[in-house]
Amino acid sequence: MIHFDKVSKRFPGGQEGLSDISFFVDHGEMVFVTGHSGAGKSTLLRIVGLLEYCSKGDVRVGGYDLSAITRIQVPYYRRKVGMIFQDHRLLHDRTVFDNVAMPLVVSGAHHSDIGKRTRAALDKVGLLSKERFPPGVLSAGEQQRVGIARAIVARPPLLLADEPTGNLDPALSLEIMHLFEEFNRVGVTLLIASHDRDLIRTMNKRVISLNEGRMLADSAASRGTPEEVNDGAS
Amino acid sequence: MARRSTRGEARHASPFSVWLMRHAQTFLASLGRLSNAPFATLLTSAVIGVALALPMGMYVILNGVNHLADDWEVSAGITVFLKKGVEERRATELAASLRSRPGIVDVTLISADAALEEFRRHSGLRDALDILEENPLPTVIVLEPLVTAGGDAVESLVDELRFMPEAETVQLDLIWLKRFRALTQIAHRATMVLIILFALAVILITGNTIRLEIRNRSAEIEVIKTVGGTDAFIRRPFLYNGLIYGLLGGLIAWLLIGLALHSLAGAVDHLAMLYDSEIRMPAMGVGDVLTLLGGSTFLGLVGSWMVVGRHIRAIEPT
Repeated sequence: MIHFDKVSKRFPGGQEGLSDISFFVDHGEMVFVTGHSGAGKSTLLRIVGLLEYCSKGDVRVGGYDLSAITRIQVPYYRRKVGMIFQDHRLLHDRTVFDNVAMPLVVSGAHHSDIGKRTRAALDKVGLLSKERFPPGVLSAGEQQRVGIARAIVARPPLLLADEPTGNLDPALSLEIMHLFEEFNRVGVTLLIASHDRDLIRTMNKRVISLNEGRMLADSAASRGTPEEVNDGAS
Repeated sequence: MARRSTRGEARHASPFSVWLMRHAQTFLASLGRLSNAPFATLLTSAVIGVALALPMGMYVILNGVNHLADDWEVSAGITVFLKKGVEERRATELAASLRSRPGIVDVTLISADAALEEFRRHSGLRDALDILEENPLPTVIVLEPLVTAGGDAVESLVDELRFMPEAETVQLDLIWLKRFRALTQIAHRATMVLIILFALAVILITGNTIRLEIRNRSAEIEVIKTVGGTDAFIRRPFLYNGLIYGLLGGLIAWLLIGLALHSLAGAVDHLAMLYDSEIRMPAMGVGDVLTLLGGSTFLGLVGSWMVVGRHIRAIEPT
């Protein structure tokens, strides 16, 4: 599903975001990317989501060679990837429903489909009763769930989550993670950036650890326990 | 075999009607968004309206004045200067025969003596004229052709008069009209230049307004780009906004021109009374209105088109 081959990212300012990263994520995997802030987690996710091009190396996602995707084609690629952010990125001048429906609207889905699928996504995150609310009146956990509903509404095969639980307490964080596990069970591939080591340990999934833009460890390669990997990252 | 749409398939919307529907939705959404901020929308449209009313109003009034000149052209007087030797009796006969012709409204005979007397009275050269041994002025017949006769009929009448043995010169009083025409032509040119300048202003006003709108909605644009909205999708509502600004501006310009012409109506009626003629109030014809509205809509669209591409491309999700 995701194939990084000697990928580096250098920013216009000259600083190195990622250097020489290689890994492979299979269809239906759920993988955590961890490391300190500034380790390159977000950059890695942004490259997969094509919010950014890599500077060197090869990135292949779901059969696409990302460096070959032109500006015009980028939106069509992004429709196949659901993205979740720590700050939710919801629009506060419209309802929860309209926020979640947005990916369907931009891809030109049929009007009746939009209603059905948006409500299904809201139902999945348990917010169907709040579809008419503006997101501003919801709690942080609920807002994050609106963001998740928006990411899954178009049923993309790949979900990227950048610190999805960064602002949530442990109980709510775990709730979100169980939601992700549920998506994973129906075949969605997930790549989750998080620095919450306790949470990652609880989930017991594959972990890719980064440090200053370099690959520190990949629990799939060593098949060590997630605990060891996480300790190594600290 | 080509697939034919059966009754069942016909229930699905064709790509064209989907496209049309999406545009209609975007148009209505833009309209809704603009009506949510009525003051700002009105302000922008009013600026466009004023910018358009000025040159367009001038154009309409100038057109009215030109129509007036058309009327004057055919109602211009013809002055026949008779040769010196023509006797007064013969001149009276001539005037009478001209008076009986169709196509001539009025004939005035000004004898040499009467002309001299009038000249003496008005010129202030009484003493100088007294020195003259004989009257230097010719006998003159002034003709007023029928207004409805038309320019060609007047021209042929003038030619005919020139062939009269008694006529020295025949003058069609058109020189002032030609000067007037030349003046209105300059005014017309100036109006055209103004129209171009103000059209440019409308493009810039719309472009700048749309540029600010894009900046104010950059968060929304980022999210739309993140979830896979194309530039064309993001562009569309802004293009409709420009189009609506242009259309509203055109309507406001129409209103302003109407008010301005209405305020002129009294003065024009007064002028018409003085001339004892049917001077028509200059007005905007259907063609003028359509040109104004179509033009302003187009300018609004051009203005937003000029900025959307570059400014939307510049906003990328962070």
